[in-house]
Amino acid sequence: MLRKHLTDERVEVLIANLLRGGVLTAALVVIAGAILYLGAHPRAHVSYRTFHSEPQQLKSVTGVIGEAFTGNARGIIQLGLLLLIATPIARVAFSVVAFAIEEDKMYIVFTLIVLGVLLYSLFGSSTIT
Amino acid sequence: MNVLEFTFLVWAGSLLAGFLGALTGLGGGVVLVPLLTIFFHVDLRYAIGASLVSVIATSSGAAAAYVKEGFSNIRIGMFLEIATTLGALLGAYLTAKLPANAIAIIFGIVLLYSAFVSRRPRQRSAVEKPPDPLATKLKLNGSFPDAGGIRHYNVYHVPAGFGVMSAAGILSGLLGIGSGALKVVGMDQAMKIPFKVSTTTSNFMIGVTAAASAGIYLSRGYIDPSLAMPVMIGVLIGSLMGTRILVKTHTTHLRLVFSGVIVLLGLEMMIKGARGGF
Repeated sequence: MLRKHLTDERVEVLIANLLRGGVLTAALVVIAGAILYLGAHPRAHVSYRTFHSEPQQLKSVTGVIGEAFTGNARGIIQLGLLLLIATPIARVAFSVVAFAIEEDKMYIVFTLIVLGVLLYSLFGSSTIT
Repeated sequence: MNVLEFTFLVWAGSLLAGFLGALTGLGGGVVLVPLLTIFFHVDLRYAIGASLVSVIATSSGAAAAYVKEGFSNIRIGMFLEIATTLGALLGAYLTAKLPANAIAIIFGIVLLYSAFVSRRPRQRSAVEKPPDPLATKLKLNGSFPDAGGIRHYNVYHVPAGFGVMSAAGILSGLLGIGSGALKVVGMDQAMKIPFKVSTTTSNFMIGVTAAASAGIYLSRGYIDPSLAMPVMIGVLIGSLMGTRILVKTHTTHLRLVFSGVIVLLGLEMMIKGARGGF
């Protein structure tokens, strides 16, 4: 019982650092993209009154990564947002490992279900409309 | 408005929303969508997308602080996330199917409800009941550090809590909000989990719930980088400031004022939605 409590505590500290690091990295990437974006065309007219959806390359994980590495400002911001979305997913993936170390089979299954839903949303949902 | 003006004003508005949300404990996400749609004339889908992204940022940022205090229960969180993430998938799916005006009306109702929930006094039964067999089987009962040492607690009404969490997930995916108020109701009221454990565990779950609909939002093109950027940075900085100041101030009056603002925004969303303004 004592050993379990100690592992739980260590896991919690690691999770806290993971979350903090993820949000910080995401925010820095978004800010870098923002500086490029605002510097490029500060006086352009902008309106979000009507919904046009986004260009294809900003709507998928692979598209966003490709766009960001060509140096496109909006692509870099979108990559930062993607890192942000990935942060809680990484937290869940980490929990799978933590429950595996504790040999808690029931919670390994629960956590894998949650992870499956998250990965489906990010990678598999583009086929449904 | 040009890009620079628009970005700055949205950033400032989001900062204020995040600040007041954290300070009053009512959450900043819930006022973002009305702020963007009513004052900045942003299309509802773009507003929901930007709001959801900021919810992930604040939840993860705050959870990092809470987790170390030892209040949040990772097993309760993970078990209930099965309900919230599946609900969020369904909610995000419904966002594309329902007309924007219907979503706006639902949004208004949720705003009124969250203002109402925050004003209601909490009741806590002091009677010690025997542990619930299902909760014991799922290893949900836990403990947390209290003034007088480690305090143990039991969890009850697991199916009811699971149901409330599914609803919270659906609303989160449908409206791009954290639905923290409903999550706390599910844990605190239905499952009889101590309030401090409920709020911190809820915060822990919000980011994961939001991530479940974020992928679908992304593939539908609801997440516009140029709009989500000032919203995310503004809310993140605002809520971090709010959490810092929270410890030092009494927020009763501010809560009342902010609840009033939420009620007004809720009514405006409902009226505008009923008139077909979205």
